[in-house]
Amino acid sequence: MSEIISGFYQAINLIVTLNPEVMQIAALSLIISLAATILAAVISIPLGGLIHFYEFRGKRILIVIIQTLYSVPTVVVGLVLYLMLSRSGPLGVWGLLFTPEGMILGQAMLIIPIITGLVIAALGGVDRNISDTLISLGATGPQAIVQIVREARLVILSAVILGFGRAISEVGVAMMIGGNIRGSTRVLTTAIALQTGIGDFPFSIALGLILLLISLFIVIIMNLITSGLSVESQQALGGPRT
Amino acid sequence: MIRVTGLSRRAGSKTILDSVDLRIHRGEIFTIIGPSGSGKTTLLRLIDLLDTPTTGTIIFDGIDASASNTVRLSIRRRMGMVFQKPAVLNTTVAENVAFGLKFRGVEKSEIDSRVPEALDIVGLLHLADRRAFTLSGGEMQRVAIARALVTRPDVLILDEPTANLDPVNTELIENLILLVHREFQTTIILSTHDMIQGQRLADRIGVIIDGRMVQTGSTNDIFYQPTGKDIARFVGIDTVLKGVVKTNDGGHAEIEIGTALFEAITNAQPGEKVALYIRPEEVTLMLPDYGSTKTSARNQLTGTITRMVPLGPFIRVTVDCGTLLIALITRRSCKELGFAIGVVVKVGVKASAIHVLPETS
Repeated sequence: MSEIISGFYQAINLIVTLNPEVMQIAALSLIISLAATILAAVISIPLGGLIHFYEFRGKRILIVIIQTLYSVPTVVVGLVLYLMLSRSGPLGVWGLLFTPEGMILGQAMLIIPIITGLVIAALGGVDRNISDTLISLGATGPQAIVQIVREARLVILSAVILGFGRAISEVGVAMMIGGNIRGSTRVLTTAIALQTGIGDFPFSIALGLILLLISLFIVIIMNLITSGLSVESQQALGGPRT
Repeated sequence: MIRVTGLSRRAGSKTILDSVDLRIHRGEIFTIIGPSGSGKTTLLRLIDLLDTPTTGTIIFDGIDASASNTVRLSIRRRMGMVFQKPAVLNTTVAENVAFGLKFRGVEKSEIDSRVPEALDIVGLLHLADRRAFTLSGGEMQRVAIARALVTRPDVLILDEPTANLDPVNTELIENLILLVHREFQTTIILSTHDMIQGQRLADRIGVIIDGRMVQTGSTNDIFYQPTGKDIARFVGIDTVLKGVVKTNDGGHAEIEIGTALFEAITNAQPGEKVALYIRPEEVTLMLPDYGSTKTSARNQLTGTITRMVPLGPFIRVTVDCGTLLIALITRRSCKELGFAIGVVVKVGVKASAIHVLPETS
């Protein structure tokens, strides 16, 4: 017990004194996950829009597949990407294995289904009367689509933040694709796993606290956004948050 | 202004709208009345070119609306539609009103002058900067009207604009519709399931029942001379009596119903089977000891009150005179005259207040 308590104090000390290694790992985590989130958002928002606005065969099935991928194990994404990126794999020539870029790619793959699925739900949550109203006001197809996306902007933003939360907290892709290389691909989650393994608890606790702080920050932002939303939109995101 | 020919819409095997023919004249208020689910909204959506008909054509101001998407858009931009459930976008009231102009590529300076103008007409200028979601239902509906008006449409379509509103807001919206019609000579197409509202607002009325336009005509035509039993029921005629014409003297006929003889104005010839339609407000009730000389009603019967159903300020009184007659009496009269179930009363109906139709079924 005393070990935990002293570890905790040392952890606080590491954070308050801005320990260079702790800060470097936290910064790298944020940069990689932010980049992955931006990449995923750039792909997912238009993709979700496309799936929502166009009718095609197999649309329902596609949505079910996307929703299934919400909870795809991170190690499965890691495995698939590893096979693709390894030197003998089809994308081996890119040389992305054990690089931050590879991790960005992996985390983006992980959260694209979530953001896409939630974007589809967000657009579906926009009152059908809104699109009728826009068309009757003389909007062309593209004008109406732009307005509907704008109408769902807060829910879409929440979806992106949720995606970021999953990206920064995952271990599988970071470990398998990044390889936990100190100073290059070592991020919060992989560092915690390693330091705990070698018994450096204060360091692990410090990183864990930072991760929790980031989660808290995400929740606060989500609350600020969703408190401005209608009840229907909140439900599309999994229930009222206030 | 608008000519609709053979317009049908089917969804799967279900026919929602069945070959509707309709002409809307420039500058009139045309009201479509019918029960819920009769196809009013479907028809209005087709006229606003939001949906495409299964069969039939819509000619708007001489232009065939099925020509191309470009034509449809340009025609749609000459109309404005207000939906039953107003949908506002999550932005300010003023920006909501500006959308139609933005879509049409109107200059910003002109938008800035026309939006307040439209908000002023609906009396919401003071709420221009409020977020539209914070408005009440009635205010949202007025935003929807301003939003449609700001583009100065040739035709304004309103789908049950007061269906979800309280009486005060309903009156406000009705007055607004009349004001718009008077000030801008806008052609207005309005649907309602409230036949009294139809009567208040309309120049002409079309009755739609089960997807068919069963009668179009002036307010008087529809309310006093319905062409069928369903229409009669819908426009509030409670009493339908079946009988046979006994004599007809130059349009003044005697019709036998059960044991009673009714006088009515009709061209139906002796021997013909007819149905008599009587509006409840045309039926008068008196206590039997009142002198019969006091009334001009030709048809006088005596009967017993069997049912009294309150209807707002009125009571719907059913009297059994061998046949059942229904009268609409104010609460006050009922109380003063001591009407109650079991009381014997004298029933009077003017010959001219009876609408006679050939009996079909």
